[in-house]
Amino acid sequence: MKDLLEALINGELPDERGRFGPFGGRYVPETLVPAFERLEAGVREHLHDDAFQQDYRRELREWVGRPTALTFAPRLSERWGAEVWLKREDLAHTGAHKINNAIGQALLAKRLGAKRVIAETGAGQHGVASAAACARVGLPCVVYMGAVDIERQAPNVDRMQRLGAEVVAVETGDKTLRAAIDEALREWVTDPAGIYYLLGSAVGAHPYPYLVRELQSVIGQEARQQMLEAAGGLPDAAFACVGGGSNAIGLFYPLIGDDIELIGVEAGGTGDGLGQNAATLATGTPGVLQGAYTIILQDDDGQVQETHSISAGLDYSGVGPEHALLQATGRVTYVAAGDDAALEALEELCETEGILTALETAHAYAYAREWAKDNPGKRILIGNSGRGDKDMPTLTKYPARTRTHAST
Amino acid sequence: MQAHERLTAAIRAANDGGRTALVPFITAGYPEPAEFVSTLQAIAKVGDVVEIGIPFSDPMADGMTIQRSSFVALQKGVSLEWIFTQLESAQGDIDAPLVMMSYLNPLLAFGYEKLAKRAAATGVCAFIVPDLPFEESEDIRTALEAEGVGLIQLVTPATPEARLEKLAAASKGFVYAVTITGITGGGAGLPAGLADYLDKVSAVSALPVCAGFGIRAAADVANVGAHAAGAIVGSALVEVLEKGEDPAAYLESLRPE
Repeated sequence: MKDLLEALINGELPDERGRFGPFGGRYVPETLVPAFERLEAGVREHLHDDAFQQDYRRELREWVGRPTALTFAPRLSERWGAEVWLKREDLAHTGAHKINNAIGQALLAKRLGAKRVIAETGAGQHGVASAAACARVGLPCVVYMGAVDIERQAPNVDRMQRLGAEVVAVETGDKTLRAAIDEALREWVTDPAGIYYLLGSAVGAHPYPYLVRELQSVIGQEARQQMLEAAGGLPDAAFACVGGGSNAIGLFYPLIGDDIELIGVEAGGTGDGLGQNAATLATGTPGVLQGAYTIILQDDDGQVQETHSISAGLDYSGVGPEHALLQATGRVTYVAAGDDAALEALEELCETEGILTALETAHAYAYAREWAKDNPGKRILIGNSGRGDKDMPTLTKYPARTRTHAST
Repeated sequence: MQAHERLTAAIRAANDGGRTALVPFITAGYPEPAEFVSTLQAIAKVGDVVEIGIPFSDPMADGMTIQRSSFVALQKGVSLEWIFTQLESAQGDIDAPLVMMSYLNPLLAFGYEKLAKRAAATGVCAFIVPDLPFEESEDIRTALEAEGVGLIQLVTPATPEARLEKLAAASKGFVYAVTITGITGGGAGLPAGLADYLDKVSAVSALPVCAGFGIRAAADVANVGAHAAGAIVGSALVEVLEKGEDPAAYLESLRPE
């Protein structure tokens, strides 16, 4: 495992077979094998090519609005007894880190001659980012979204449609992100040559976990530089929420060679039982789901379990294979924060710093607060992966407790 | 004779008798677990090889019909262990060699060595794993072959020539030729170019070729049969079960007059 961590730090993973140590690989129907091979060849040809990188960096700068700010959080710092810095992906175009990946893959789809793009979405952030990116590059876009998620993330459905995407409600399976991915794969199988599948997280079959990591690493690269400049040094610990794990891998990957404690926070939902949470790494076991060998939530028969989280974006039974390796090597610690703790953390951030963060992101704050109590006086970096406007339909069900908090 | 060779022999025997081999597929335990063995026995009297579908929570290569049947079977408690127990109880009284079709994860959870032994002991001659491309298949293939159980490779119209040869050479029992680019349960008939495609697969394959996806009627079986050794009937048969109709009578209707 030590060798694997070294290989990861040296940029040698995934290997040629798309493996992060034992995790990863490519478990896809035969019909999709040629499509994956084309994608892999396309990634190899274009991703680190100067012309592609120039286009991508320009779009990040001029259209996405990067670099995103690094914000010092003085009032939160005082409460927590820590020095808290926030990497503000909520300020990126369309309101979350998802756009970094979406615009990169949309540019790639264009280069690979795709006729149309399909995407899945959970919270709707990746769907909105894909819709916007496809409009930007001039490709039609269809977004698959679970019926349960459509209800709880209604504002994002309207946004996707206004940005020109068609939104398909997925009524099969668990009607959340996992079912949306299954449905997108079924659609891709019908026209593997004409469709580009714009996957939104660092999950699935090779090369997606690698591709998404490369496109999201801009988060950690910027944050590292900004911390050195603004805070005068690297943080003692960095926190990010983990569903599939794209914002977390984007923040962590450029930091894994540094002496920084890295902590991924999953959705603890309402409890520890199977089906009550989406704490995959904290409670799951190895298996194959949606193209990769990774840690998943399953029963003894290998049936994938439904999950629960208040946040649609974390409500997923699997996790990216690179996170599975980072956990196995001990380099990153994965913990869970529950629904209630996330809601409280969201309110606290609103009240102290004037930032309405996404419910997903709130999980990172919920655990970071606990960690700060146990480790006083530390410098902390939090990946503020998205903004919470989309969560208003959920939040209105929970009356604001902020004003009573303020006096305590 | 290795278990997977029994499949090859059963298909060849049908062909030698002037028939296209008929390979019916059912989702195990659907619509009622209590009827699993009797349904299996009934369709094994008509079919030359019978495919048993292991229900899975994420059937990403399947259309609505098989998704629904998988969901119902899981709700009713069907598991791989239960299926093997049922097969053990019916031992010796199923007239056709069996194939299991399963997504990888239930097999992984069961354990490959135990899987191979239980399969060999219950008349299961081979496995079809729709989310397992050849490149990832070494571990399970080795474990199965140690017990004489085969891993059947799928090929599709999108499979390039060189890959087609590799997959055909690696397959055991028969080669599964997916007829359409899509998921199971497509209803719009068989695609143009089917004959050329099946001829091409048959030409490179030393094993018999069975065509699957989109086969619903006697005319489809006849069309496929002119260019392949066998016809696999899945979603259409599951629909028959869904409607509570007689699966054996439906299969009989697929045979030429």
